[in-house]
Amino acid sequence: MGSGRDWTWFHRLGSPRWFYETTGRWLPLLWAVTLALLVVGLVWGLLYAPQDAKQGNSFRIIYLHVPVSFLALAGYYIMAIAGAVGLIWKMKLSYMVMKSAAPLGAALTFLALFTGAVWGKPTWGTYWVWDARITSMLILLFLYLGVLALQYAFHSQDTGNKASAMLALVGTVNIPIIYKSVDWWYTLHQPATIKLTSAPSMHPDMFKPLLVMILAMYCFYALVLILNTRVEILQRERKTGWVRDLARQADTGPDNQ
Amino acid sequence: MSNAHNAGFTGYLQRDLLLAYRRRGEAASPLIFFLLVATLVPLGVSPEAGRLEPLAPGIIWVMALLATLLSTEGLFASDYQDGSLEQMIIAPQLLAMPVLGKVTAHWLVTGLPLTLVSPIIGIMLSLPSDGFIPMMASLALGTGCLSLVGAVGAALTVSLRKGGLLLSLLVVPLYMPVIIFGSATVQAGIDGLNWFAPLAILGAMLATAVALCPLAIAGALRLVSSN
Repeated sequence: MGSGRDWTWFHRLGSPRWFYETTGRWLPLLWAVTLALLVVGLVWGLLYAPQDAKQGNSFRIIYLHVPVSFLALAGYYIMAIAGAVGLIWKMKLSYMVMKSAAPLGAALTFLALFTGAVWGKPTWGTYWVWDARITSMLILLFLYLGVLALQYAFHSQDTGNKASAMLALVGTVNIPIIYKSVDWWYTLHQPATIKLTSAPSMHPDMFKPLLVMILAMYCFYALVLILNTRVEILQRERKTGWVRDLARQADTGPDNQ
Repeated sequence: MSNAHNAGFTGYLQRDLLLAYRRRGEAASPLIFFLLVATLVPLGVSPEAGRLEPLAPGIIWVMALLATLLSTEGLFASDYQDGSLEQMIIAPQLLAMPVLGKVTAHWLVTGLPLTLVSPIIGIMLSLPSDGFIPMMASLALGTGCLSLVGAVGAALTVSLRKGGLLLSLLVVPLYMPVIIFGSATVQAGIDGLNWFAPLAILGAMLATAVALCPLAIAGALRLVSSN
């Protein structure tokens, strides 16, 4: 429909089949990169990085805690943007991405809280403190759970998609406000006993493996998100011809993924 | 054209106030809830004034939040059931205006009375006398925020049969900034600090909510009623 710019790539993006086939070609490479980065980052961080002067070996959980927390927060924006794309351009695929991102983000947020608690016991002497960042993460977990719950509350999948996309957007507007108010609340009530022992800047020998782990976690997130979305596509498109063909091929020939 | 929008606002404001007046018992239940829970606190914690005093600002705000939350659930429910919600949606005016009218009526029926009875609860929980004016001011602004944000959740869950619990899961995380600054206002007043600063932030939140929430509510209502 030639009116100036060519938007076909954008519309192709909306086709679940196109997404399924394209990501199918990417997956082996993504798997390889993710596994390599994870192995390098974990071995480097957990075995070869120098010990912390004050925390000893217990600081090494940072190589899991920080990357996971990064993605827990970034994941909310990925989910909300996917939802917004769905609401604006009525794209089926982006709702599937949104639905796949919600449980993944909730799991990462939980993991961030859990690793934080495990780290807090040896360093702060307690599993839980009402620290500003911990509290914000807990609220983030509730926001994720709300989106998840709303997604499944409706009989019609379409309504569930749109309603949870809308809630995710409302949450996006609120996240900076929540974050700032919790920050302010914490400085008001700051308990005197707790201080972070680690220095504000890290030694490069400790920082490099952390960077690798952050990269690895981004790849891991992308990988799991794509895998989740592919499952969602197959489930929702199970009555279409191409999925049936795929299933038939998988039954007969073993050379199919 | 702008007159038509105003008519949408005032029309629904009057209608909802009239409905609330005809169903006075229903409108009173958040207030009764507020007083009832205030009675539970000394029973559960301690009747000593010395122990209630430091808890009072936080407890009053938590109870006001819960009372508003309980009343939000029914905001669009009867309109959805009897079909008048669809009439509202297909009317030619901007949907955000009647929505704002309904939410304003909701605040006049719940938030404002809660603010007005809060001194009684302050006395019951032995709130220091410096805290009364900040408490009423913060409740007046804060419950407006709670009504607006809660209405977004109420609109999203209006078609669900058991929306109440889900509504609280959706809305309570979004309420947290309000309760932080609400109880901080009261605490600042008690401590003799400048309580105008946290109150001003509550006012800013209310202004933002008035501007944005009606649009989100209108979007949610359109979505839910179209299916």
